[in-house]
Amino acid sequence: MGIATVVITALPTIAQMVGANRVLRGVSITHPTGDPSLGPAEERALRRRIVERALEMLATDVDPRTVWEVSS
Amino acid sequence: MKVVHYLNQFFAGLGAEEAARHEPIRLEGPQGPGKGLVAAGLQVDITLACGDDYFGEHETEALGWLLDRLSDEAPDVLICGPAFGSGRYGYACGVLGREAARRGYAVVTAMTQDNPGVIAAEGAAYIVPTTSNVAGMRAALPTIADLATRLANGETIGSPEEEGYLPRGLRRNEIVERTAAARAVELLLAKIGGETRTEVAPSAGRVTPAPKVADISAATIALVTESGCVPLGNPDRLPTRHSNVWLRYRLDGVGSLGSDGYESVHAGFDTTAANVDPNRLVPLDAMRELERENAVGGLYEELFTTSGVDTPVAVAATFGCEMAEVLVSAGVRAVILTGT
Repeated sequence: MGIATVVITALPTIAQMVGANRVLRGVSITHPTGDPSLGPAEERALRRRIVERALEMLATDVDPRTVWEVSS
Repeated sequence: MKVVHYLNQFFAGLGAEEAARHEPIRLEGPQGPGKGLVAAGLQVDITLACGDDYFGEHETEALGWLLDRLSDEAPDVLICGPAFGSGRYGYACGVLGREAARRGYAVVTAMTQDNPGVIAAEGAAYIVPTTSNVAGMRAALPTIADLATRLANGETIGSPEEEGYLPRGLRRNEIVERTAAARAVELLLAKIGGETRTEVAPSAGRVTPAPKVADISAATIALVTESGCVPLGNPDRLPTRHSNVWLRYRLDGVGSLGSDGYESVHAGFDTTAANVDPNRLVPLDAMRELERENAVGGLYEELFTTSGVDTPVAVAATFGCEMAEVLVSAGVRAVILTGT
């Protein structure tokens, strides 16, 4: 059974190596779910897209160690 | 003998976390720990250095550049690190070591046995085990220098037990005098005596992907992080590295992780940007928005947090099992886990 988990990280290869099965590439190591180079509204919109993509991944059956990008 | 030494930004003297995005660079002669290798009798000719975050985020470019430099320099041996317990640095050493070794270079790297770099190296490079912090530098350098010198000279290298490097997952046939039965009894007696030994190293465990959540709009979702995100002032003293605990914080009534209420105490990355807006580490504001719009069934009202710095994989796996037990019994169906 298990509990579906999506790992959001800018280092997806490390997450894969230790066996994470749902991996979503984050923005950066120091800010996986944000981007200080954007304005506040754009950054909030980006974060929402990241979370929506994470939810989409949780609602999808995946092969072992799958990595998704936020935009695709 | 020509020796090339790979270091991260810190050990190459380029700067600390603020320089973690430094592009790869070629430096003449030994830098930092390279001077210790010289003292141990190994002349370092060229130092290649790269910021840990740059390597992690631009692996293809960084690796390509570094392999091109190796091709220019044609060293007799490449030394990477030591990286000690640092996950990002160890990963860079492991990946570069693996790719260089597969191109025919002799490679020695050094890090803790639990470092993700050990998995990344895939047995291609020799890895000398170290302590988790820089206190083990003095002990590690002579072993690295000796192994590197002998590899560069084309000498035969003995088994991991004889030489002190980590097992590379290779098997070599040899004749032993003691039968399998006698050796098995010996291992059993050792285990009864409290010491687990093996002749065959186990491979890393794998978890089957959990089935999809059928209806996200009805599911309770939990937020978990290893980014060291805690209430401002770190009231429960989450260790900033080598954490042996994970903590739980109530999220009732919290709509967003503001810098006036939360911060990261993680000692493994530059927290400046994250501490301006901790939602950059744990996307609580976005989750609340989706919760209001009924895109998810609900948010589990606790944040589980730890700081994943120098954390052995086995300890992290224990944390994961403990968290999962709580979440499953609370009816949580899915987790969003952020990592730095």
